Amino acid sequence: MAEYRLKGETGEWEVVIGLEVHAQVTSQAKLFSGAATAFGADPNAQVSLVDAAMPGMLPVINGECVRQAVRTGLALNAAINKVSVFSRKNYFYADLPQGYQISQYDQPIVGEGEIEIDLPDGSTKTVGIERLHLEQDAGKSMHDQHPKKSFIDLNRSGVALMEIVSKPDMRSPDEAAAYVSALRSIVRYIGSCDGNMAEGSMRADVNVSVRKPGEPYGTRAELKNINSVRFVRQAVEIEALRQIEILENGGTVDQETRLFDPTKGETRSMRNKEEAHDYRYFPDPDLLPLEFDDAFVEACRDSLPELPAEKKKRFMESYGLSGYDASVLVADWEIAAYYEEVAKHGDPKQAANWVTVELFGRLNKADKTIADSPVSAESLGELLALMADATISGKIAKDVFDEMFETGRGAKAIVEEKGLKQITDTGAIEAIVDQVIADNPGQVEQYQGGKTGLIGWFVGQVMKASQGKANPQTVNELLKQKLDG
Amino acid sequence: MTDLLDLTLTDARDKLVAREISSVELTDAYIKAVEAARPLNCYITETAERAREMAEASDRRLKDGKAGALEGLPLGIKDLFCTEDVLTTAGSHILDGFKPPYESTVTRNLWDAGAVMLGKLNLDEFAMGSANLTSHYGPVKNPWKRQGDDKDLVPGGSSGGSAAAVAARACLAATGTDTGGSIRQPAAFTGIVGLKPSYGRCSRWGIVAFASSLDQAGPMTRTVRDAALMLGAMAGFDPKDSTSVDRPVPNYEAALDGGVKGLKVGVPKEYRVDGMPEAIQQLWDQGVAWLKDQGAEIVDVSLPHTKYALPAYYIVAPAEASSNLARYDGVRYGLRVDGDSLIEMYENSRGEGFGEEVKRRVLIGTYVLSAGYYDAYYLKAQKVRTRIAEDFAKAYQQCDVLLTPATPSAAFGIDEEPSDPVQMYLNDVFTVPANLAGLPGISVPAGTDDQGLPLGLQILGRAFDEETVLRAAYALEQAAGFTGRPQFQAG
Amino acid sequence: MALDKQTVAKVAHLARIKVPEARLESLAGELDGIVNWVEQLGEVDVDGVAPMTSAVETGLRWREDVVDDGGYAEKVTANAPDAQMNFYTTPKVVE
Repeated sequence: MAEYRLKGETGEWEVVIGLEVHAQVTSQAKLFSGAATAFGADPNAQVSLVDAAMPGMLPVINGECVRQAVRTGLALNAAINKVSVFSRKNYFYADLPQGYQISQYDQPIVGEGEIEIDLPDGSTKTVGIERLHLEQDAGKSMHDQHPKKSFIDLNRSGVALMEIVSKPDMRSPDEAAAYVSALRSIVRYIGSCDGNMAEGSMRADVNVSVRKPGEPYGTRAELKNINSVRFVRQAVEIEALRQIEILENGGTVDQETRLFDPTKGETRSMRNKEEAHDYRYFPDPDLLPLEFDDAFVEACRDSLPELPAEKKKRFMESYGLSGYDASVLVADWEIAAYYEEVAKHGDPKQAANWVTVELFGRLNKADKTIADSPVSAESLGELLALMADATISGKIAKDVFDEMFETGRGAKAIVEEKGLKQITDTGAIEAIVDQVIADNPGQVEQYQGGKTGLIGWFVGQVMKASQGKANPQTVNELLKQKLDG
Repeated sequence: MTDLLDLTLTDARDKLVAREISSVELTDAYIKAVEAARPLNCYITETAERAREMAEASDRRLKDGKAGALEGLPLGIKDLFCTEDVLTTAGSHILDGFKPPYESTVTRNLWDAGAVMLGKLNLDEFAMGSANLTSHYGPVKNPWKRQGDDKDLVPGGSSGGSAAAVAARACLAATGTDTGGSIRQPAAFTGIVGLKPSYGRCSRWGIVAFASSLDQAGPMTRTVRDAALMLGAMAGFDPKDSTSVDRPVPNYEAALDGGVKGLKVGVPKEYRVDGMPEAIQQLWDQGVAWLKDQGAEIVDVSLPHTKYALPAYYIVAPAEASSNLARYDGVRYGLRVDGDSLIEMYENSRGEGFGEEVKRRVLIGTYVLSAGYYDAYYLKAQKVRTRIAEDFAKAYQQCDVLLTPATPSAAFGIDEEPSDPVQMYLNDVFTVPANLAGLPGISVPAGTDDQGLPLGLQILGRAFDEETVLRAAYALEQAAGFTGRPQFQAG
Repeated sequence: MALDKQTVAKVAHLARIKVPEARLESLAGELDGIVNWVEQLGEVDVDGVAPMTSAVETGLRWREDVVDDGGYAEKVTANAPDAQMNFYTTPKVVE
């Protein structure tokens, strides 16, 4: 992809981006307790004595969270550490009942890896993964319930998060956005996180710095808790421009945490409310090192479905799709599964086109997702099959699809009921062709006089007379035969 | 009445099972004793009513032949164990009014075995201390006094209330916890038996945490046999504690018999410390002779890193404590001292809620973990800890148990506490190494000093070899025939 | 490094413990004494020694992923100094 450069007064600037994505592990219970993780419960209803940090309470790790972290690590092509250590990150905050967060520090469960991201122009790029570790989520403070008090709900306290840290490999807002999309796609494929950014199951801290191309990394600012792919793209661009302006005016960028405000389109320093942190990490003495064997890792590997990158490759190879079409289709496993079902019934390329153009267009317009599409994959396959065996033409098919989308009815039923079957009987078509020729002697004369381009007009007349049902190929052949003959 | 209070735990058990006495009778005697012992300040909370109810239920089970191992036996509980709906303070102002909605695993095990709760025993604040002088609820007095001297002495700590109560007959036996000697040292100061089991033997779930990698609950009793009986009920695997070890609980009482013939007893030369009173050295030599006379083989061993145990302990324990005590923030339970901002509220609550020694340790712990110091202090201390554990492992290639003094001195006066914290910490010099290495240890009363104060000897063993430790301790106890009684006795 | 008054003030703030100005000096002396004393650990050769991570030789046990706890907001807030509608409260945090 073309290099992304921001133009300043002193020349071109390059943006350097690294991300820390927090993904909530899909599990019934919390990382170290048996309380539920479901979204939207009553205040403190999903809080155990452990989560409330009652005196003498102790953590016991949820094996499923370990399994999901390892599966995610494998899906990121990363090194799995068979021994890792939970440490305490010590700081005081209203929503942190223990006074420390149990996290992993110098010995995370997953080490370095890499993933491939798809860029809007159809090209791809490899982004390095630094590490993935497990940690506890904090609770939630609410500030609008009382004039002088904050209210604390610990339902989220102790929910398992995977923090996935990238290397600073991204160089444009599109790349940062594509990276988040790719991660989201992977965790949703393997079911380790639901990827729901709106509910906060996935959120990103984005580190942004700028430099003149070829120079060392600049000082970075960290943009906290960004909760959509679109905002990642916007935040990077806005922050990069802010830093360039500072640098070009002779200033320096502070290494600090900033908040992205999408409504105002700006980033703001969080410095004034933030104390100098000294987290005093040390291994949690309530927990022993986390250990597992190769057999466990292999069982995790065996449980992985085909991943987006593999699927994309297969779609290109076995269906002959373009890289772009394939990447669009595999981004979401539900779409990929839908597509594969449709492709069984007709031409795979045509199927890709119908899914990405016809179906997506209608879904977008109706503000629906693939999951609540009124047309099932089988149904769309049936429509494609009708085109493949020339029962209906492509043009008719689009009308039928509209009807299907509207009513949820099957393609065959609609074609039958409305009598939309293509006329393939040569005799019947010939009769219409003869009639059209007989009715338009002037055009016939012009055609035979050399204006062969009129053939299209003749086809149109025949199709019109047949109400679109005549097989266009047959019409074409017969017309040529008769006019040229 | 006095007769009832003089029964040991195992004697009382036998009499209850034989229906010679009832639990209500025994419990009533102890409820009166608890009241009579109030001048010692060993109880923070008395639970006479609950004790009565539990005793009645025990008598019913005894009658039905459904008696548990501790059926009907009235115990005191160190106020570090969370007890459901009963005030639990850890000796701290910061836990004001805290009534846990849960029961610690160890106390749950005791009640399941039929034991009766007399109340919650005083202790050093958050178990940080060796003299029971740091409790928000005031000092505990040792029931012992020097001959011809009326001065009040400390009972040791942190399980000072437990030790004083057991010694003064204000409970039949008590629970203690031992992070650096908090069971064994007060046991030695009060002439009773105190057993710290192997780390992982008793569940830590529901015990207010001081230093998680060192804390371990254990029994404080009048005899070694009592300790064996009570440990059997306290111990056991607990899936709620990740550091609890899943192995069966042997019959410890049965392990007492068999004697020490052929047992290899190590005597570590590094425990001969400067300035140790002559009486303690003599008692130690005497202990060696007693075991030798019974057929034990005495082996000189070396634990070269012994002198570094205390400084390593005073890094590791405060570091863990600084983090464990972060949860006392005035939000979910206990004391809140308001402030204009969240930070002010924290600082006010913790500033007022913690006593001086706790603050000192939290600050030291915070300091040694802070940026730039972690490697030099905490990491170094954990490496030294490995060295100390290696010393023990080597020694146990030559011997089965170790025999050492329990403390470097007898009990001292409440007004004689050293003002220098480091001097105060030296009290734990013989007990701390076992905590660092996770090993079992027991303090057995074995004699008195020239002022008539009790002194203890300590037996240390291999991890999860409490049976051999108890067997050696029993032999020591039999030989010593310690029959001393404190000046103050309830009832 | 000597543990001075300023360091004590900083550490006390990190630990969220209010220490009256008048107490800082004496506390610094006490803490400095302790730190100097523990520094004798510097004498121990620990080259190639792994730090002790646990006093038990056993692996970390895993729990099953089942919901078997929680669901008692009243119970976890019963001891709170100022619980309201099953929420804990703190002085207002300005964000």
